[in-house]
Amino acid sequence: MIANLGLAALWFAAALAALQLFAGGMSLTRNGAALAGLVRPVAMVQGALVALAFAALLYLFSVTDLSVLLVAKNSHSAKPLLYKLAGTWGNHEGSMLLWVTVMGLAGAFLALVERRLPDRTMLATLAAQAFVSLGFYAFLLFASNPFTRLSPVPPDGLGLNPTLQDPGLAFHPPTLYIGYVGLSIAFSFAVGALVTREVGPAFAKAMRPWVLGAWVFLTAGIVAGSYWAYYELGWGGWWFWDPVENASLMPWLAATALLHSVSVLASRNALRTWTIMLGVVAFSMSMLGTFLVRSGILTSVHAFAVDPTRGTFILILLAIYIGGALTLFAVRAGTISEGERFAVTSREAALVINNVLLSATLAIVLMGTLYPLLAETLGAKVSVGPPYFNPMSAVFVLPMLVVLAVGPLLRWRRDGFVRVRKLLLAPLLVTLGVGAMALISGMKLLPLLGMALAFGLALASLLPLKGRKARTLRLPLIGMVLAHLGVAVALFGMAADSAFTAERLVAAKPGETVAVGPWQVKLEQVVPVAGPNWTALEATMQARYQGGDPEELHPQARSFWSPPQGTSESALVTRWNGQLYVVLGEASEDGRWQLRLWWKPFVTLIWYGGLMIALGGLLAMLGHLSSDLRRIAAQEKIAYRRMRQGR
Amino acid sequence: MSMPLKAKHQRLLLVLIAVAALIGAGLLAAWALRGQASFFYLPAEMAANPPAPDRAVRLGGMVEAGSLKTDADGVTIRFIVNDDKARVPVVFKGIAPDLFKEGSGVVAEGKRAADGTFVADNLLAKHDEKYVPREMKDMTTAQARQTLEETQ
Repeated sequence: MIANLGLAALWFAAALAALQLFAGGMSLTRNGAALAGLVRPVAMVQGALVALAFAALLYLFSVTDLSVLLVAKNSHSAKPLLYKLAGTWGNHEGSMLLWVTVMGLAGAFLALVERRLPDRTMLATLAAQAFVSLGFYAFLLFASNPFTRLSPVPPDGLGLNPTLQDPGLAFHPPTLYIGYVGLSIAFSFAVGALVTREVGPAFAKAMRPWVLGAWVFLTAGIVAGSYWAYYELGWGGWWFWDPVENASLMPWLAATALLHSVSVLASRNALRTWTIMLGVVAFSMSMLGTFLVRSGILTSVHAFAVDPTRGTFILILLAIYIGGALTLFAVRAGTISEGERFAVTSREAALVINNVLLSATLAIVLMGTLYPLLAETLGAKVSVGPPYFNPMSAVFVLPMLVVLAVGPLLRWRRDGFVRVRKLLLAPLLVTLGVGAMALISGMKLLPLLGMALAFGLALASLLPLKGRKARTLRLPLIGMVLAHLGVAVALFGMAADSAFTAERLVAAKPGETVAVGPWQVKLEQVVPVAGPNWTALEATMQARYQGGDPEELHPQARSFWSPPQGTSESALVTRWNGQLYVVLGEASEDGRWQLRLWWKPFVTLIWYGGLMIALGGLLAMLGHLSSDLRRIAAQEKIAYRRMRQGR
Repeated sequence: MSMPLKAKHQRLLLVLIAVAALIGAGLLAAWALRGQASFFYLPAEMAANPPAPDRAVRLGGMVEAGSLKTDADGVTIRFIVNDDKARVPVVFKGIAPDLFKEGSGVVAEGKRAADGTFVADNLLAKHDEKYVPREMKDMTTAQARQTLEETQ
């Protein structure tokens, strides 16, 4: 019953998307102006219907309705409620439904609130949004129906992949998806502007909150995903250059470039076609990421739902949307008039360099991710890992960090270098000093550069605040400073983790003590324990930091029984200056237990830095939104007064 | 600082810079990938055409029954990976994945030492029914075919 309702809602939503595309497209022609009034309401109803379909699926998972194939395949009645709900998007069909739901809701929200865009651009934007949604509706309804029924009804479900039964999973994919799909709005804006050729500050100001919002979610999603992989996989690493991680990093890089270029367009009316291009690229990377993950063509620890036949469908969608948008861009870009000019030493120029370097980094990651596929078509099986990605991305990221330190200090349009040189003297000295110290202590090249730049950058990122009174500080400025400082903080965490980590791998008898870094860790005992849908061997350990009070740790080796699979649950002790990370392995015949221990100084700063970056984006977005609202209110007041005066 | 460029020329210059940077990044990536991509070997391929000692590669095959041994330190394991044509000894220091066992498939990441031993720094085992490393999937079907032929 509920399943039928969900399916019906999905079909209606798809039909409305088709109507939205038709009405939006026709209203731009001479004869179709009458249809213009239809577009916004249709977009809102479409959003509501697809949200209803998603709510239906959530409900089916929450009650474990086994007459639905997807529930039977991916859930189990013994699972805790949180994981029943999270299981809704922990599989292919559900995650694609989440994708179109976010897309439909974003379109509905856009139709509801956006009033600044010229009418024609708005109609073209909503039509483009409907066009993209329509492809994904078709994919759901014809190739990935989440509401397919199962008969006879099985006695119980097959369960959810245990690696995914973790609180991190409940929030990580939806966060990432909101980011991915939020970029679809930027894509639609770009296509809409290409259709009507109306590109300017008003357009950029309308687009900016969407880009910032999507970027904040992407950032938070990547940070959460990185932390999840760090403690759940038990490998002690925080970034593996796994194709699925790259799939989220690539849209993030494009969105980072886009959000900086859209700011230039909004405040300086420059970089017009550039911004449009990045709008197209950012969402193209989102779709490419989805294709890589969902088609299952990659060898990946994340490729949980693999079905190559669906890959073809997404590949066709990808070709239509990316190819179509790029063709439109090629045809129209030349006819968009040029923006304002700027000098070589200006903030615009610094942002251009930042954009170019981000795009180059994107190219490096993209090639490394796609190369195994390319090689396989030529008959060679290869994989590409950190030995490629680390140095190659550093080639572009390190200069970008220097630009990041300098750019915000430059004035718009043109600036003298002498003024900035004075300001940058202190950060430069700090960088050189830390670099020299690191060199003496024998650090490797990449951590050394990272560490030195982190300190210099932290200082430089605060300089835009210099000489300003607290009252004159605006939220976007505070957000920028916070985000840039976050980059320095995360960079320091990464450098410290790779330079100072202490690692021990031992087999220990209960009662034995193992030293790792400043820690003394005693293995007390290993006992069997049981959870709702797993059993485990759990170690009890006492860890002392430099002989201080003991902290108790309980790493586990878990065995799930539906589906039958093991996971190792690492145990962590977090201090302000780092984390102790312990993994329990197997028992040997002589009663010893394998233990892997890491002391990771300042590793947590990687994720705190990431959160600062996301928070900075959030503050900037709120700042822009509130000043927009104030301006609209003021304009309405003036309009109202004029009306009362009888004119 | 003057601004001698016309708007049109400025745009052209920006496009050229962007294109040059992207082509540069692409070439750099292509060059690095040739040197850094890690190739996949079956034991027979590794025996016939061994990779250079400092080259990171991956080795996939079956863990030979009865070959798995643990050193006295309790954390170094040694086993033999075979594909019914060749056998390659592997040494690994660390915690093996949960589904790693004798008679089951494995992909080892690491380097081939000069003495012919494969020094693995990571092991990938079959995760569950839904996730199998891609190479291993091919391998097990090939093996299944072979088993079928042998029993007929």
